[in-house]
This record gives sequence, C-alpha cells and structure tokens, in this order.
Amino acid sequence: MSTATAPEQTLAEAARAPMGAGERPVVVIRPTRGWTALRLGELWKYRELLYFLVWRDVKVRYKQTMLGAAWAVLQPLLTMMIFTLLFSKLAKVPSEGVPYPIFAYCALVPWTLFAFALAQSGNSLITSQNLVTKVYFSRLVIPIAPVLVGLVDFGIAFVLLLGMMAYYGVHPGIAIVTLPLFLLLAVATSLGVGLWLSALNVEYRDVRHTIPFLTQFWLFASPIAYPSSAVPAKWRVLYGLNPIAGVVEGFRWALLGTHRPSVPMLLASSAMVALLIFSGLVYFRRVEKTFADVV
Amino acid sequence: MSALAIHAEGIGKLYHIGRRQTHRNLRDALTDTMTAPFRAVRARLSGAQGNGNSRGETFWALRNVSFDIEEGEIIGIIGRNGAGKSTLLKILSRITEPTEGRAVIHGRAGSLLEVGTGFHPELTGRENIFLNGAILGMSKGEIARKFDEIVAFSEVEKFIDTPVKHYSSGMYVRLAFAVAAYLETEVLFVDEVLSVGDGEFQKKCLNKMQGAGDEGRTVFLVSHNLTAIQRLCQKVFWLEHGNIVLSGTAKEVVGAYLSSTSTAVTEQEWPDPDTAPGNETVRLRSARVRPVERGAGDEINVRTPFAIEFEYWNLKPQARLNLSLVVYTEDGTMAFVTGPRGEPVWNGKPFPAGLFRSVCYVPGDLLNDGIHRLLLLVVENRSVVIYRHEDVLTFEVKEDISMRDGWLGDWPGATRPMLRWTTELMSPIAAEQRR
Repeated sequence: MSTATAPEQTLAEAARAPMGAGERPVVVIRPTRGWTALRLGELWKYRELLYFLVWRDVKVRYKQTMLGAAWAVLQPLLTMMIFTLLFSKLAKVPSEGVPYPIFAYCALVPWTLFAFALAQSGNSLITSQNLVTKVYFSRLVIPIAPVLVGLVDFGIAFVLLLGMMAYYGVHPGIAIVTLPLFLLLAVATSLGVGLWLSALNVEYRDVRHTIPFLTQFWLFASPIAYPSSAVPAKWRVLYGLNPIAGVVEGFRWALLGTHRPSVPMLLASSAMVALLIFSGLVYFRRVEKTFADVV
Repeated sequence: MSALAIHAEGIGKLYHIGRRQTHRNLRDALTDTMTAPFRAVRARLSGAQGNGNSRGETFWALRNVSFDIEEGEIIGIIGRNGAGKSTLLKILSRITEPTEGRAVIHGRAGSLLEVGTGFHPELTGRENIFLNGAILGMSKGEIARKFDEIVAFSEVEKFIDTPVKHYSSGMYVRLAFAVAAYLETEVLFVDEVLSVGDGEFQKKCLNKMQGAGDEGRTVFLVSHNLTAIQRLCQKVFWLEHGNIVLSGTAKEVVGAYLSSTSTAVTEQEWPDPDTAPGNETVRLRSARVRPVERGAGDEINVRTPFAIEFEYWNLKPQARLNLSLVVYTEDGTMAFVTGPRGEPVWNGKPFPAGLFRSVCYVPGDLLNDGIHRLLLLVVENRSVVIYRHEDVLTFEVKEDISMRDGWLGDWPGATRPMLRWTTELMSPIAAEQRR
C-alpha cells in the first residue's frame, strides 16, 4: 500500500510543481542607480487601478457639487463671455471670419482640459501621499488619472460646442477627421506637463504656488483670445513650441474651418510634446524612488 | 521540502535626517547647483567623501539584514520603536527602495500597512470595497467574486450603499479590514493592523490570518501585540537598531525580548520642540510616571496611587485635542484604556497654541505587579488619532507581599483590584439543628 502511494504522490507533486513555479512572479528588490528603465509595461498591469482612480474622481467631483456636471460647461462658457466682451467688443481682436464667441469657445474647450490637468495632475502626488506611502503600485497612474478625469469634462463641454456650431451655422469641412489627432496632442501635452509638475512638486513645494500663475501666463501665451495670425510669421515656428498653440489652431481648423495651421508649427508642437513626455517620464522615474521618503 | 518565498541579503536603508521635514525649495536647489563644483573641490581637498554628510546627518535605519523565509511561514517582527521594523516592511513591499542589498520575493505580494488605504468618505461602502481592493492590487473580477464574502465578514450589510462618512468608526474599520482580509496574495506584509477593532473582531482577524498560513501563504507580520505574535508566528525576528539581533521560534525570541525590555523608562524629556517627537500639530516635551506626591523613579507597588504626566506643545490654534493612554502588561495584554472624559477645564474645548500639561491619576490597587508599557495617542476632535507613540514609558509595578494574605503563588490577571467584599454568618448550623 505505502509503496504504491509514495510514487503516486511524488508524481502528482512533480506534475503540479512546474506549473506552480511558472505562475509565480519573481520580484527582485534592489537599489536602482543611474538611468532607470521606464517600465511602461508595469503601467499596463495597473490599468484597472487607473480606471478606479478615474472613476472615483469623476464620482466624487459631481457628488457634492450643487450644479454637478454643469461646471464642466460653465467654466469655459463664462470665460468665453468675458473674452468676447474684452477682446472682441473692446479691443476689436479679429477672429478669422467666424463669430468671436465660437472662435474663443472652440479654443477654450481643449484649453480647459489642459488647465484642469495642469492643476490636478501637478498636485496629484501630494494629494495622494496616503497611497504612495502605504501601497506599492505603478506611481505613473497618479498623474495620469486626473488627465482622464479632465476628458470627461471635455466631453460635456464638447457637446455644447457642437450645439453652438449648429446655432451659428458653422459647418466643419473634411478637416474634422483630423480632430482626434489634435485631441491626442492636447492629452499628450497635459500628460507631459503633468508628469513634470507632479514629480517636481514632491521635491520642491514651490511648484504648488507656481501652478496658478503658470496657468494664467500660459493662457495668454496661447492663441485662445486671439488668432495665431496676430503673431508675426517668422516667429510662428518658435510660437509652435508651445504645444497648446498647435492644439488650438488644429481645433479651429478642424471644426470651424479657419486657415490651415502651418506644418512647421505643428511639427514644432508635436516634437515639443514628444520631448516633454519622454523627459517627464525619465524625470518622474528618477524621482519616484524617493517619493515615499520625501512626501 | 518547501520552496523559498523571500530571500533577503544585506538589506540596508540610509536616511538623511534634517532633510526629512523641510522640503527643499527651488532657491536652495539653485544655490546647491551653483556651489556644487566648489563643494566637490573642497571635499576632494579635505579628503572627505563627496556624497556623505554635506547636507546634514545620515543614519542607517536598517543595515545588513539577511534572511530566508519559506513558503507558508508566518514570520513575526518585533522590536522597539525606531528599530527599523516599518522600514523593513516598506522595503519588502516596494514602497521605498533599499540603499543597499537585495531581496527576492517569489509570488504575488500584497501589503497591508494600514487598513482602508484610499477609502473615500463620499463613496459608499460598496464603492469603497472596489476602490480599496484595486489599490491593494486585486483585479475587478477578483473583487466582484469575493464581494459577498467581504460584506458578510465586515458585518455592515445594511449600510453597504451608504457613504462611509456616515459610518461609525467601528463599522469603518470592520469594512476596511474585511477588504484587507480577502487580499489573498501568496506573500503578505502586515503592519500592526491587528490593533484595530473590538475584541470579537480582532479574534476573527487573527483566525483569518492563521488561515492564510495554513493555506500555504507567507505572512510577514509586524506587531506590538506579543500575544498575537506568539499565537500566530512560527518564527520571529527581533530587530534592534536596524539589525536582526535574534531569530528563532516565537517563544524563544519573545522571551528574550521581554527580559531585555524590562528596564523601566519612567521619565523622558525632549527640551527642543524642533526635534521632539510629534508632528505639525503636537509635540511632546516630557513624559513621566511617578507615585502621586513623589518623583519619577520612586517605587510604585500594587498599592501605590500613581500619576502619568505629559507636557506637550499644541502648535495648531483651536485644535480640540485629548490624550488617550493605553496600558499594556508585559505579555502585551491590554490592561486598560483611558482618556480625559471627566476633565473639567479643557476637555472638548479648543486649545490655543501653547505648552500644556495633562496628568492621569491611576488609583492604587488597580494594576497587577509586573512591567507595564504605555502607548500614548493624541486624538483630535475625539475621533482622529493624529499621533501615536508606542512604549512612551515603561514602568514596573512592584509586589507588596503584605497584601497577599499569605498566598505566595502566581497572581494572574491584568489587574489586581482591591474590591469590597462582604461575608456574614447567616445562621450557625448548630443553632438550626437545635430548633
């Protein structure tokens, strides 16, 4: 009896062992030095957590506010009214042949996405310090989540934009198929800046105070209240280094049918965004290992 | 033959003191960058190491920690405050990086350094289960599968769709622990989470923890509750000043640890508010335990009324603070918890910023003899623990033989109260028979 069961057991164990061993992930913990890998694959592993963080923020954002989702529309709408009064009625700023309100609002929709991401993403690591010091997960999800939350607001504000276009009788041409690309550029810009600011914020708390000023400055450095044609042609490419300029010009072209943005300017914007994201990732990963000790 | 679950060799963690609290600002960083070449030259000239002490002091929170843990073992980590227990746990759960050494973990690892991490007060119990589960590393499907069990374990079924801000603190903790209890990773790092909840619930948690070991999962447990450690753990590490000074069976290590900690600390002072223990709201200036009317260091025996006294700075104007004390006996049993509920002057009132003294008077004939450890909690708004200090004082209650009435054996129990008894002769038996 016993001789029969013993080999059977070892056989069963042998059959189970390689499977069990293969399933078990092995994690090696050691100090990282110099250039660290970007570990983007790890981000994919935490996609569900990213989803839940976005879901939480969207839910909480609209749960306690009286006007709820209306805020997503009110912000760009009120800014549009002020701009119309100041820049169109008083300063007589040209608007490339479309009514000024929709000219401004069309730019304010992606701008609001960017400004929201700038503030929320920039402060994200500080506000999530209770998570960062208690659980391990890919820290990248923290600055990314607010950008996706901003997309929800963007969606709501965008619906109003379509309504306004119908009201003013503005019909987009074939160029509208390029809109997703410009939205992608806007999201990528938000991500790049978010990565930089959130990581900088952990090391230097000054960043927190800089963000409101930075947002204001950036607003006027982008062709939102005015057309980029107001900038002398020889400076356009340099101007395009502000990726938001490329985003806004693209949105207007794709939706309102204004002049096509210059290719060199778009290339400058795209190159700048690529650089922002890549350097942001590298910097974020370098600072990341000290987050839990410093926050 | 079991497989290896964790292998660690030469783990060390270096901290820079002084940089911990002051966040650097851009100005400092800029000056640093400007002067860096000069500092490097000067360091080279003086032969000092370029990297070391130029920016304040450093200390090793952990050094040369090596061990092997087999699958299915429950390992306990004990040691005084600041011995490096939490740092070790944070390194193994990848929250912070080691400065040197390496560790290999086989299998999916989860960490419970706190219950309810990421709980949001505006979200309902149901929503928080999913959120917290995801933060702890569970997949959506996994949480959905275990959802009913989690809810049943938490005993808050009726309120599962109520925002958790309306929960009592007990319900909150039970829900948070329930999610944690169903984190079924192959390796689990646990920090002091057993100290929450009421006694019944704690027992449930202990059983759950024991079950984890029986299922072949590896648990790494840090706790001050030596009773729990002895009950759960096969193997215990004792950490002291960042080193493992002893490892072995639970009985062996806990015993050695207890006899070493028997040195009483009846008085502590921190004259400098910048380095005193505490946080941005409250900092301790002194702590002492003394017989009433006498000084710290004088003998306290089972009959002596004594006072536990704290001086502390409140740094946040209008904070409603109260201290709360937990007295533990030598083996980690909680003897009692007390707070200034009947205190007439400041209890429940907003504290201006300033130096305060709170004294708790403990009557004689209450505690049993032996070593006692004191946990100090500073509570804000009667509900939120904003600061905790383990083993802030350790004192011995001495025996008073004259009170034992001739009984010289072991006197068990956490307390030895002198209670009022009455005995009367109701009627002598002889008299009854005579009737």
